[in-house]
Amino acid sequence: MPSPFSIATDSADGFAIISLEGAVDAHTAPKFEEAVQSVIDAEQYKIVVDCEKLTYISSAGLGVFMGFIEEVRDEGGDIKICGLSEKVKQPFEILGFETLYDFCPDVESAKKQFDEPVKGGF
Amino acid sequence: MESLERNFTLQVPSSTANLALIREFVSSTASQAGFSENDIAKLELAVDEACANVIEHAYGHDISKEVVVRVRLDDETLKIDIEDTGNGFDPELVNQEELEQLVNKRKTGGLGMRLMKTLMDEVRYEIEPGKKNALHMMKRLKK
Repeated sequence: MPSPFSIATDSADGFAIISLEGAVDAHTAPKFEEAVQSVIDAEQYKIVVDCEKLTYISSAGLGVFMGFIEEVRDEGGDIKICGLSEKVKQPFEILGFETLYDFCPDVESAKKQFDEPVKGGF
Repeated sequence: MESLERNFTLQVPSSTANLALIREFVSSTASQAGFSENDIAKLELAVDEACANVIEHAYGHDISKEVVVRVRLDDETLKIDIEDTGNGFDPELVNQEELEQLVNKRKTGGLGMRLMKTLMDEVRYEIEPGKKNALHMMKRLKK
């Protein structure tokens, strides 16, 4: 059976942790987009997207990362991506996400990464 | 001996809710054909991207339309045909800009096409505006 999708947002210590579970495709990506928009509306710009339980992502989900990154960085924050399995990482790699985004093994290392300069040319 | 071609067809209402079902269908047939787990993941993603394009762009989320996915297997390849009767578009016009340029312009389109071309061994379009559009993709079975 297809893996069900769920999303949870947790805010603590100035970080917003968005945890994705299951598959993010064109059907479920709007929920992910809403979650990112909600934390930005709450003026939380240090965003970690925890993908440890993410089983699948298509370009609709990747577009969410792209749609917010500039706004978040303009506010001095960033979107860090953590916990990706090798299989799920594939589309990120094909599209060259590593040139613009930090990939971290887990939430704690992602939080520490905020002390470093952001990737990419803006 | 000539290899026997096996055909599988899935026909579902044009809704993104059915993308998971479409991925399952492709995954099952590719598994039967002997594709590796890594290649199955690639096939699932390519077909998902193609069908999402049809559902969202060609049919504009009109659930009365149907998405038809045909899979043809032989000993060496898996071929996928996805047809629609919606508004065709010229794939050559699809944006192939770098990720950073897309982000700067706040554009997220064109990624699906780039994924399909990378994931599959062959991607080909036939467009007859207002009549029928067909996307043909092929992946070779590594032995």
